[in-house]
Amino acid sequence: MTRRYGERLALDGVTLSLPAGSTLAVLGANGAGKTTLLRILATLLRPHAGAARVLGAALPEEGWRVRGRIGLLAHDPLLYSELSARENLRFHARLHGVAAARIEALLEEVGLGARGDEPVRTLSRGLTQRVAICRAVLHAPEVLLLDEPYANLDPAAVAAVAPLIGRASGATRVVISHDVEGGLAEADLVLGLRGGRAEVLAPPASADLSGLYR
Amino acid sequence: MTRAVAALLRKDLQLELRTRESVPAMVLFSVSTFVLFRFALDRERLEGDLAAGVLWVTLLFASVLGINRLFVTEREQGGFDAFLLAPVDRTAMFVAKALLLFGFLSAVELVAVSVYSVLLLGPSPFQAFPGLPLVLALANAGVAVVGTLVGALAVQTRARDLIVPLLALPLLLPIVIAGAEATAPLLAEGGAEALPGRWLAILGLYDVVFGLIAYAVFDFLLED
Repeated sequence: MTRRYGERLALDGVTLSLPAGSTLAVLGANGAGKTTLLRILATLLRPHAGAARVLGAALPEEGWRVRGRIGLLAHDPLLYSELSARENLRFHARLHGVAAARIEALLEEVGLGARGDEPVRTLSRGLTQRVAICRAVLHAPEVLLLDEPYANLDPAAVAAVAPLIGRASGATRVVISHDVEGGLAEADLVLGLRGGRAEVLAPPASADLSGLYR
Repeated sequence: MTRAVAALLRKDLQLELRTRESVPAMVLFSVSTFVLFRFALDRERLEGDLAAGVLWVTLLFASVLGINRLFVTEREQGGFDAFLLAPVDRTAMFVAKALLLFGFLSAVELVAVSVYSVLLLGPSPFQAFPGLPLVLALANAGVAVVGTLVGALAVQTRARDLIVPLLALPLLLPIVIAGAEATAPLLAEGGAEALPGRWLAILGLYDVVFGLIAYAVFDFLLED
């Protein structure tokens, strides 16, 4: 896949394949192309050259086939700040045709049952991240695209959300992380991006990341 | 698609009730403009062509404020991305936003026409019933369709506040012309005259043509 922003190549001929149920850790410095890769896989960006297939659907032409089977936890929480956590999740549940009972179960699971009616703008970053995680997994997606999923979370919160977005979720996961050790620990495959190019593509045990952050 | 439209509408109404960013601003703008016209024209009572012209110019500029705000929350808070990830027809967003704008315009007109009748309008607004609501509804449909299209286009640019009036005002000119021509006989001194069917037909035709254009191109505006 190749993607440009104006003259700049954000993603330069990246090729990879990820088996169902496994986890890809995407590492790299700021501006390396990690978010661009995630947005292409989420069907939100078109590659300017090359092709991508997610769950067997060719993107972007067949994106409609996999929307609703992908969960995206982006850098921004994708939540309306004036609405409460519960209202935000109800809105997304209606779009995805998910039962309301699922919302309550998720809020309880991430420890937000009692604060679910507060506007998102009044929540701390960590609590907002928990709501964003609930939104991303609301429809039980088969593919999880996670951009710094544990950012702003305390250890207890990390433990609470692990069954939803961790390996235990059973989903095929693409995880962007700046925590190299944490990223490697969760991964079956590591993609190291530098200047939009795939510098490293290997299992964690054999991945040489020494040149990635220079 | 009905489910998605209902979800989007409900969410947008909740947001408007919380933030009160659009309708109150449009109402205040309309009232301020009527006051300005009163002093600028140095007239206490308007009727006929002049009354219709002042009403439609005011409503048109007020609608620009609503168009400007229509997609701002989606852009600034990631609503576009969240919507595009859902397994729903993308046209649902166009339909929901057009219905929302139609509703906003109707609410604004309810207040604005009442204030207009107190501040400036010579003839009683009741003489214009039921013709005036019909003209307003047809015009609102056109403004809602074109406004949604222009709003979706403009919000992707940095110069949103500039793009909306530059694109919307010329596109909405036929509405102002037809709306004013259809309204003028209803606001005539000495009693309302017959509603001119020709101008109503033009408003209806405008709604259909731009509705089809918007339906055809809206999906492309949501793509990167």
